[in-house]
Amino acid sequence: MSLGGWIIMILSVGGTTGALLWCILRVLKTPKSTKKLHGQIELHTPDQDR
Amino acid sequence: MSAAPAKEQWSSRLGVILAVTGSAVGLGNFLRFPGLAAQYEGGIFMIPYFISLLVIGLPLAWAEWSMGRYGGVRGFNSTPGIFRLIWKNRIAPYVGVLGLIVPVMIYMYYVFIEAWCLGYAWHFLVGGLDLGKDATAYGTFFANFTGMAGDGSLFQFGPSSTLVFVVICIALNFSIIYRGVSRGIELFCLWAMPLLVLLGILVLIRVLTLGAPDPSRPELNVLNGLGFMWNPQTEGTSFWVSLLNADMWLKAAGQIFFSLSVGFGVIITYSSYLKKKDDIALSSTTAVAGNEFCEVSLGGMITIPAAFIFLGAAGAVGGTFSLGFKTLPMVFEAMPGGRLIGFLFFFLLFLAAVTSSLSMLQPAIAFLEEGLAMARKTSVIFLGFITLMGNGLVIYFSGEAVALAALDFWVGTFCIFILATVQALLFSWALGAEKGLQELQTGAEMSIPRLFVPMIKYVSPVYLLAIFIGWLFTDFRKEVAHSFSSTGGIVAMAFIVICFGLFLFLIHQAVGRWNRKEAR
Repeated sequence: MSLGGWIIMILSVGGTTGALLWCILRVLKTPKSTKKLHGQIELHTPDQDR
Repeated sequence: MSAAPAKEQWSSRLGVILAVTGSAVGLGNFLRFPGLAAQYEGGIFMIPYFISLLVIGLPLAWAEWSMGRYGGVRGFNSTPGIFRLIWKNRIAPYVGVLGLIVPVMIYMYYVFIEAWCLGYAWHFLVGGLDLGKDATAYGTFFANFTGMAGDGSLFQFGPSSTLVFVVICIALNFSIIYRGVSRGIELFCLWAMPLLVLLGILVLIRVLTLGAPDPSRPELNVLNGLGFMWNPQTEGTSFWVSLLNADMWLKAAGQIFFSLSVGFGVIITYSSYLKKKDDIALSSTTAVAGNEFCEVSLGGMITIPAAFIFLGAAGAVGGTFSLGFKTLPMVFEAMPGGRLIGFLFFFLLFLAAVTSSLSMLQPAIAFLEEGLAMARKTSVIFLGFITLMGNGLVIYFSGEAVALAALDFWVGTFCIFILATVQALLFSWALGAEKGLQELQTGAEMSIPRLFVPMIKYVSPVYLLAIFIGWLFTDFRKEVAHSFSSTGGIVAMAFIVICFGLFLFLIHQAVGRWNRKEAR
């Protein structure tokens, strides 16, 4: 494996993995985002109304 | 202007992110991307790939999420409804037919491929793919299992085992869809996506610890396998000449575009189940990052290196089907512990396929419920009937996969390009890029650069158009000729026309219903 190959692989794999970890940490760290989006009362399908 | 209040909602932030990521992650991440990267200049491919991600992938994803939530908070979940809301023109909902046709018709052949993945996983588990070192045995197995040996071959001696896997996949998809967005799609993706990543990491660890399995050929080792995938191939030419390969740029942009499932009609429906203050900026970016992780960090490190280690450079190239269903089974059979790894890999592909196929059904279900006031049960049965006809067509005309290829070309490529361009234009010019940016920033938990406005307004549509024109010049004529060259291809095209007619009629009914409701 050439030096160029190492550089491209590390940048590509490291970049995408790092981006995902950064996003996940942001999602989990935001207090607002760790709670449920909506109450259970809203969780039903339209046909249940009929 | 609003339809009936939407009752369906995502129940958790993580759920919507995993569902959208699951929709994007599919076979292309693990088979098409590594094949393309190895074929086009190795590591240099990553430069146009990442530029395309920033120029079309991310902006289009942001735009689609924004339009979806914009429509959702006003009571619309389907593309026809949301297009009608954004673009005050009588033809707007009819243009939205693409947002129904594209996912539904892709589902018709995608579920067939999904069944191949499940079938291969099963055969690895029970030893049915222990076919030795003869490459033709794997080719024959593939042709017989998928019906590529000839039209109707899957029915020739009574129903084949492939059909059992197709039935299982169809039943699984519709049972999940029937349970609704939160209790069906979200619940499934909440465990399927982490499991998919875990399986990917397990297979990756096995590949990276292979060393040089054949002592007589020490050059076939892990490092050289990674080198075959990632080394910039500039032998005999300069880096800059390699980088200026126009075909490579076209393929890289196409890969980003199809991999992220932007302009597909799915994200717009998924994001419509969010509320006005729910974040979409960070969620959409996380979904994009999740897809890229699966594609580059898992797909890029597993498929080609594994194939190179056992088959050398000549065996490590090929199209999606050839690489996935002929080459890799042979590689897994030769690998220590390969039966288990083969099972894990094909089960991973199966999970990736299910989370994608589920997302293809939801846009039409949403339309039938909001546009025609169908109950969930009726809409699932109605859509099940239509998609079953498409499944039957693809499965019967399986010889050389002609029907599958025709649907993939006309719907899975041509219509997607048009839908994505329409979405970019509607967001930029009908909704307004500035208003769109405001929508994206509402509730945002990360800042969006101002550069997004000129990017989505000018650069992305022009870039999309350039890919489209390039594609027309390179592949269009050949693919059209291929579609017309067989009965299966012609029947598939006729079926596309019939489906267009049917959905346009249904949209007409929905528009009448929406108009009457608003007049009251």
